[in-house]
This record gives sequence, C-alpha cells and structure tokens, in this order.
Amino acid sequence: MQIEIITPDTTLYAGEATYVFLPGSDGSLGVMNNHAPLISSLKKGTLRVKDNAGKELNFEVNGGTVEVLNNKVVVLAE
Amino acid sequence: MANLKEIRTRIVSVNSTMQITSAMKMVSAAKLKRAQDAITRMRPYAEKLKDILENASASVGVEGSIYSQQREEKNVWVVVVTSNRGLCGGFNNNVIKEARRVVAQHAHAKVQILGMGKKGADFFRKTANWTEAMNPAPNAIFDRLSFEHASEIAENIIQAFAEGKVDKVVVVYNRFKNAAVQVVTAEQLLPVLPPSTAGASSSVDYIFEPAKEQIVAELIPRSLKVQLYKALLDSFASEHGARMTAMHKATDNAGELVKGLKLTYNKARQAAITGEILEIVAGAEALNG
Repeated sequence: MQIEIITPDTTLYAGEATYVFLPGSDGSLGVMNNHAPLISSLKKGTLRVKDNAGKELNFEVNGGTVEVLNNKVVVLAE
Repeated sequence: MANLKEIRTRIVSVNSTMQITSAMKMVSAAKLKRAQDAITRMRPYAEKLKDILENASASVGVEGSIYSQQREEKNVWVVVVTSNRGLCGGFNNNVIKEARRVVAQHAHAKVQILGMGKKGADFFRKTANWTEAMNPAPNAIFDRLSFEHASEIAENIIQAFAEGKVDKVVVVYNRFKNAAVQVVTAEQLLPVLPPSTAGASSSVDYIFEPAKEQIVAELIPRSLKVQLYKALLDSFASEHGARMTAMHKATDNAGELVKGLKLTYNKARQAAITGEILEIVAGAEALNG
C-alpha cells in the first residue's frame, strides 16, 4: 500500500509500505494492506512505517489526522 | 547650458541607484522562488485536510461547532498582513486601503487591528483601532515564517473567539496569483463558514475514530491555522513578486534617465569644443589680419 506523511511545511515520507503503526487518539492502531476506509485523529507519539524491504522508519508526531482509503494511507502530521 | 561636471555627477549617481535596484530585483527573484516553493509544499496538506473535513462534516455539519457560532458583532478583529520592508510598489498601500474599508464596514462594532508585518503596523499604530497589548511584535512573524509561529497566532485568535472576546475575525492580505499579479483579499476566518460538502466522497463508508463530531471539532481549528498560514505565505510571496516588478521598473526608468543624461552631456561637450575651436580660429584670424 501507499503511504504519505505530510506536514504543512513539507512531505516527510511518500512511498510503499507493508505496515503502518499509528498512535491513534483512541488507542494505537496498525494498518496493513486492504484496510477498511478509516479517518482517525492521532495523538502525540511515534509513527512507525515498515517499508517493502522490511526496514522500519520512525516519525515523531505531535498529533494529526490519518485517512485510509483504497490502500492509500495519508497522515496529516503536526 | 548645463554644467558638464553637474551632469557627470548625476550620471554617476543614477548609475549607482540602478545598481541597487537591479540587485534588489535579483534578491527578490530568489526569495520569490523560495516563497513559492513553500506554498507548493503546503498545498497537498491543505487539500487533504479540506478533503477529510468535507468527508467528516458531510453528515455532521459544522453548525454545531462553537467555531461557527454567529454572534452579534460587538468585537471584530482585522488581521492586516503587510510586509516588513517597503520599496514594493503599491503592495502595502493596497492592503491598508482594503483594511480601512473593512474597518469602516464594521463601524457598529469595536474593531481591533492585528498587525502582521511592520508597514501595516506603522500605519495603524496612529489610529484608534490599535492597542499595543494585542500586537506585541508585529514584525516578528516575517522574520521567521514557519507553521509553528503562524499556528501560535492562530491559536490565540481561536481561543479568544471561543472565550467570546471576539465575534468576528477577518484577514486582509495580498493573495498570490503570479509573480506580477497580487489580489487584495479580505477573508473571514471566524466564525467558520460551512465547508462545501459537494466534493465529499460520501459513497465511501469511513470508520471514524473517535466519533465524527470530535474529529470535526479537532479539524476546524487546524484548518484555521492552515488558512492563516496560507495567507501569510501568500503575502510573503506576493511581497517579493511586487518588489521584483517595482525594482524592474525602477531599473528601466534609471536606464532611460542615464540615456537622456548622456545625450545632454555629449551635446554640451560638443558645444563646448565647437566654442573653443571658434575662439582659436578667430584668434588666429586676428593675428594674420
């Protein structure tokens, strides 16, 4: 699936990923391929992305919003 | 006949002015590029945020939110976005003119000015709509233009609205159209106008976490911050566009001026030489005769 992490100043990451771990405000959530459409708010925490090569990338966010739709994850981070 | 030395001094002085204006034009062109890049970088965020807000508010609506409360306009804030520096044509004057129109429109209310940028602040400092307490550092915003800084300011505005200290907030700024064209715009920031739900992909059944209402309540302040930040970025890019155009014109005018002065100088020089030759010839004739 595709993932994009966008902040108002720049695009932090855009690319393929197999797994995304998000600090949702109602509890952490993991998103894998073919996840159902979802809109959730995020709280302060670490966002973990596992790319196709199996490498794990960490991003610190201060909150934000995530949208999952048609195998595309868009994180609006702050 | 103009003094040769005087003309020479003027040519030198106009030439050095031309150097300054053309250097400023170059600097503005470079800064304009950077400012435009910042706008481009922010665009995906702004668009996605709008998307999500439209989707989330499609069924909930934002009417229930405190940020869309229509109240009697007792206190109105006008955010005036100008530049810190001058020499950019009508850039600041246009904004100030529009801001004064907005202030006049709200004559029934107590209008306060929030100055962003030195030029607007300098103008409104002399008026009754200015309070020093509300504008601790009007110049600082453009010294380091970042989302964090803009969102701090937006945060204060949003809080004041939520507490009922202000009933309406309008932003006046130069919207960036292209390098040569700026459009003076007055935009209502608060209360929030309901987003158009026309673009919402309502056919998709999203899972909302937490509830839709909560997400909308959280997204509205965020979109306000983005709206303010966008106004600031637009104004910043417009400023450099305006300065570039103004300096280009100034350089052209200086070039014309130098051309005219050189012509006068050469004419005067020729006349002087002719005069000298006539004198010599007349002198020689007199000796021979």
